[in-house]
Amino acid sequence: MKTCLVVDDSRVIRKVARRILEDLAFHVDEAADGLEALAACRKEMPDAILLDWNMPVMTGIDFLRQLRRERGGEAPIVVFCTTENDVEHISEAIKAGANEYIMKPFDGDILLSKFIDAGILAQEAA
Amino acid sequence: MSMLPEADFSFIAREVKARSGLVLDAEQAYLIETRLAPIARRENLASVSELSTAARLRRDERLTWQIADALLTNETSFFRDRTPFHTLRDHVIPELQRARGHEKIRIWCAASSTGQEPFSIAMVVDEMRAEGRGADIEIVATDISERVLEKARAGLYSQFEVQRGLPVQMLLRHFEKAGDLWRIADRIRAMVRFQRFNLLDDLHPLGKFDIVLCRNVLSYFDPATKHATLEKIAAQMNDDAVLVLGASETTSSVTDAFAAMGIGRGFHARRTGALRAA
Repeated sequence: MKTCLVVDDSRVIRKVARRILEDLAFHVDEAADGLEALAACRKEMPDAILLDWNMPVMTGIDFLRQLRRERGGEAPIVVFCTTENDVEHISEAIKAGANEYIMKPFDGDILLSKFIDAGILAQEAA
Repeated sequence: MSMLPEADFSFIAREVKARSGLVLDAEQAYLIETRLAPIARRENLASVSELSTAARLRRDERLTWQIADALLTNETSFFRDRTPFHTLRDHVIPELQRARGHEKIRIWCAASSTGQEPFSIAMVVDEMRAEGRGADIEIVATDISERVLEKARAGLYSQFEVQRGLPVQMLLRHFEKAGDLWRIADRIRAMVRFQRFNLLDDLHPLGKFDIVLCRNVLSYFDPATKHATLEKIAAQMNDDAVLVLGASETTSSVTDAFAAMGIGRGFHARRTGALRAA
C-alpha cells in the first residue's frame, strides 16, 4: 500500500484529503506543520506528500527545501496544495523540488488528476 | 418538476437530431428540463413546454438552434485520457513527418468544444519544436456550437479547468494569469484556427487531413448517422491519415472504412481499398 503524508494546519482539510486519498487506496498520515512533517519523514519517508504552504512553526516551502536535503528526501513525490495561486509561488515551489501543484479549492477529480501527472498513480486509476 | 408533454419531447428530439445528430431518449426528459429552463426564463416563457411550443409555432430558427445548442455535451479537459496525446507525440506525428518531409501536416479536431483538445495538441507541437523536432503543422478546430467556440477563441480558462489534466509545468510554460482566470499564450492560440462547422454538413470545404480527432461524439449519434459521418470523415483523410476516436469507441460494427491500428485505444487507420469513390 502506498503511503501519503498530508501536511496542513487545518484539521478540516486534512480530513477531506484523507477521505479522498483513502478511497485511492493510500495509507494516510497527518502532520499539522512543516516541523511535524519533517519528524514524520525522518521516521519513515512516505511515497507522497500533500503539502500546504502557509502553516505556523514551519511553512510548506521551508519544509520542502529541508526535505530535499535529507537522506532519502529526494524520493517522496511532493504535491503542493495551497490557496497561493500566482505564477511566482508556483515557480518557486517547482524550483524547490515540488512535483505538482494544486490550487485550492480542490476536489477528488483534481487531486486524482494531479497525482497521475506527478506519477504517483497510474492513468488506469481514473 | 413538471413532466415534459410527449408532443414537446418529440419536437425537441426531432429538431435536435436534425441539427446536430444528437439522439435524445425519453429518459433524458430531466436533462431537457434543466438545460432549457434558463432559455425559457430568458424568453419570458412560463415553462420548457411553452418554449418548445413557441419555437414550433413561430418556426423560430434562432430559438430552435439555442435549444439544440443547450442540449449538446461539451464535456472536455486538457489532455483528456492523456495517452492519446503521448501516442500522437511519440508515434503518429513523427511518422507523418518522415512520410511528408517538409510538407505541412494537417490536424482536425472535429468537435473541439471549448478548445482544450486542439490547444493540448498545439502545446505538444510547441514542445516538439522546442526540442528541435520542428514540424509544419496546421490545426483546424471545429464545433457545431458558436457558444463554445467563443470561449475557445478567448483562450481563457478557470482555475478548475487548468487543473484537470494539465501538468503544472505546462501551465507555467503555456499560460499567463489573467485575474482569476488563466489565458493561453498567444503563441499557442495562434496555432489553432477555430471555425464553426456541423459534422452533418458537406465536409469537403475543410480539405484533406492527416490526423482527425473525433472523440466522444459519434457515441451520441444513431447507427445511420454514425455510419454516414465516418464515411464522410474518411473521404477527408489522406491515404495514410489517422483517425482518433474516444477510448471506448470503435468503427468495426459501423463501417469498414477504418481499421484499428493497435497503437492505442481509439487509433484507426483509413482502409483505402474499402472506401467508396468519394
